[in-house]
Amino acid sequence: MQNRNGLLKIKNLVKHFDISGGLLDQLAIEKGRIVRRRTTVKAVNDVSLSIMPRETLGVVGESGCGKSTLARAVLGLYPPNSGEIYYQNKRIDNLTPHKMLPYRKKMQMIFQDPYASLNPRMTVKKTLEEPVFFHNKSITATQVKEKVAEVMQQVGVDPQWADRYPHEFSGGQRQRISIARALTVDPEFIVADEPVSALDVSIQAQILNLLMEAQEKRGLTYMLITHDLSIVQHISTSVAVMYLGKICELAPTKELFESPRHPYTQALLSAVPEIGRKKTEHVKLKGEVPTPINLPSGCVFHGRCLYVNDRCIDEPPRLIRLDSGTQVACHGVEDGRL
Amino acid sequence: MSHLLEVKDLEVKFALRFGELTAIDGVSFTLDKRDRLGIVGESGAGKSVTGFAIINLLSKPGYISAGKILFEGQELNRLPEEEMRKIRGNRISMIFQDPMMTLNPVLTISTQMVETVLAHQDVSKADALDIALEKLKKVYIPSPEKRLSQYPHECSGGMRQRIVVAIALLTNPSLIIADEPSTALDVTIQAEIMDLLLELCETGDMGLILITHDLAVVSQVTEKVAVMYAGKIVETGSTEAVIHYPKHPYTQGLIKALPGSLQPGSRLNQIPGMMPTLTDIPRGCAFHPRCTISDTVCQMEVPALISVGDHDRMIACHMVGKTIP
Ligand SMILES: Nc1ncnc2c1ncn2[C@@H]1O[C@H](COP(=O)(O)OP(=O)(O)O)[C@@H](O)[C@H]1O
Ligand SMILES: Nc1ncnc2c1ncn2[C@@H]1O[C@H](COP(=O)(O)OP(=O)(O)O)[C@@H](O)[C@H]1O
Ligand code: SF4
Ligand SMILES: [Mg+2]
Ligand SMILES: [Mg+2]
Repeated sequence: MQNRNGLLKIKNLVKHFDISGGLLDQLAIEKGRIVRRRTTVKAVNDVSLSIMPRETLGVVGESGCGKSTLARAVLGLYPPNSGEIYYQNKRIDNLTPHKMLPYRKKMQMIFQDPYASLNPRMTVKKTLEEPVFFHNKSITATQVKEKVAEVMQQVGVDPQWADRYPHEFSGGQRQRISIARALTVDPEFIVADEPVSALDVSIQAQILNLLMEAQEKRGLTYMLITHDLSIVQHISTSVAVMYLGKICELAPTKELFESPRHPYTQALLSAVPEIGRKKTEHVKLKGEVPTPINLPSGCVFHGRCLYVNDRCIDEPPRLIRLDSGTQVACHGVEDGRL
Repeated sequence: MSHLLEVKDLEVKFALRFGELTAIDGVSFTLDKRDRLGIVGESGAGKSVTGFAIINLLSKPGYISAGKILFEGQELNRLPEEEMRKIRGNRISMIFQDPMMTLNPVLTISTQMVETVLAHQDVSKADALDIALEKLKKVYIPSPEKRLSQYPHECSGGMRQRIVVAIALLTNPSLIIADEPSTALDVTIQAEIMDLLLELCETGDMGLILITHDLAVVSQVTEKVAVMYAGKIVETGSTEAVIHYPKHPYTQGLIKALPGSLQPGSRLNQIPGMMPTLTDIPRGCAFHPRCTISDTVCQMEVPALISVGDHDRMIACHMVGKTIP
């Protein structure tokens, strides 16, 4: 997995949030004594993966499983608690802001809600020009203009609309603009966090086509976060399935959809409604997702798993690689029970 | 023959300062006991407004400007609010995308459920509590007795929506209108809610109107479907026929735009442009600027929803039979 050629590599990444609040909120009485208690959300727990150049890694999992936190940590927006991040074999998680600058140009992000990520008081032109100037101080005004017009054309936003503000555009157009903003600085790697989740089906197709075209033309590498498995199946080369901040399965896309190995992946895939198919039986999981504040012992999935045994309760499973290329963290698979 | 619900030439307008906007423009459909009808379309199509119009709950500038809503023999659109209240939340229950539209955050589950029962049924408080418990069991809530004493915020999103379904069942309604009931939920929970609705319709005597933008959900749960675009039904028929052999160019486009059916990595079929807003609904067929087979007649005349071939299939498109197979 720790492939030498990976464009981006993550090693044992951990990101926890301290949500204890002020000192007074932290105090509690325990057996007659005052104790100070901290509360941490264990959003990302020991995640390792690598993304090959020009690949699209899909990251899936249900809300709260840590997808967005992973994305932000990768881009240096959240400092990790531990673990390492490498970009082209250079470690980037411990760089000073100044040293990080070139990577901030190479690595861009697209968010679910373009309205929140675009400055409402900035025209489209300003929004798109700003990052170009920022990352290339020697560029002339004419060059910037040309660059911006070219990218607007590419994403299908009429350059004549450059003087308008975000609110004057539809949701689909705004997402095109935020894609344009990511592309103006000629990045290599783009993290897209639920880029089409807020859009209608017909507009979704437009944006996904745009992302696929840009990848083709520019040789981009994507980390695509989504809860929509049909999108992942369509545009990813490999897929990481997350549950409670951990990767439970990581596999080439075809492999994952044809023979999911982790019990959670199996349940997830069976629940996806398919168009034109009557409701079929889906795997019913026990209980509900626990909070990431108190992680379960052993396998984080054990409380809901249909195949749990004592080892699962005691010992966290390692991510092991199978002959098929699938990596899976499950004792059942490792022990040959599943 | 009388239907459970008959919506006839429904028209809804919004009276705004600069004039009136037509949000629903001549929508008609019927629903019988045990029928499950899906209303699908992209946002702004008029799905929710249709749902609210049926239960006479349009928010302020909106009003029913024409048409009829017949439910169990009563003309709902003419009922005084007082009478309507006996039907809404009683004979017709609603489930919304956000469970907190139904749940009161400051009341326990049991208080809310008991109040709902007492508002519509002449029973003792103890009996009302029994009914509440029975319905919680019916929607498979684990340890229902414990849930009763909890507040909504103590429950997960999926659990809340399950409780909303239980509340919808309290009065043994003959119709449930569910507006995007699982859209905000994760797929495993969504599947559970859909299982539940399906089971309840199959074992009970209820009709279901399922409003959603998700064609896959519709094809799993409903047997009839109406596809809406810009305030009109553009295609309707049996769900299976519409999904497998869509005839209206918009329905065809919607289904083809889904990634599922194509070779991975291939270009998706996109419908150009976007749904018009109410202020600039195109003349003629509202879909014509986005349509790949439109002709001059499409720009001039509004196509009527007419029967084609198979018994209950109807389509509003001038080009049907000309270029559409
Ligand atoms: N800034 C933050 N502060 C505290 N908790 C957070 C923060 N961001 C995310 N979390 C928590 O971390 C967990 C993972 O969240 P997130 O990464 O957003 O999940 P996803 O994107 O998969 O839905 C959740 O429990 C969430 O509430
Ligand atoms: N209170 C309102 N005032 C003005 N227009 C409204 C109001 N409510 C809904 N609309 C408009 O009516 C149309 C249909 O809305 P809606 O039924 O909510 O669509 P859907 O549920 O299909 O997404 C939309 O164009 C919407 O903007
Ligand atoms: S490790 Fe055990 S509990 Fe976890 S998924 Fe595998 S079988 Fe289930
Ligand atoms: Mg997220
Ligand atoms: Mg709606």
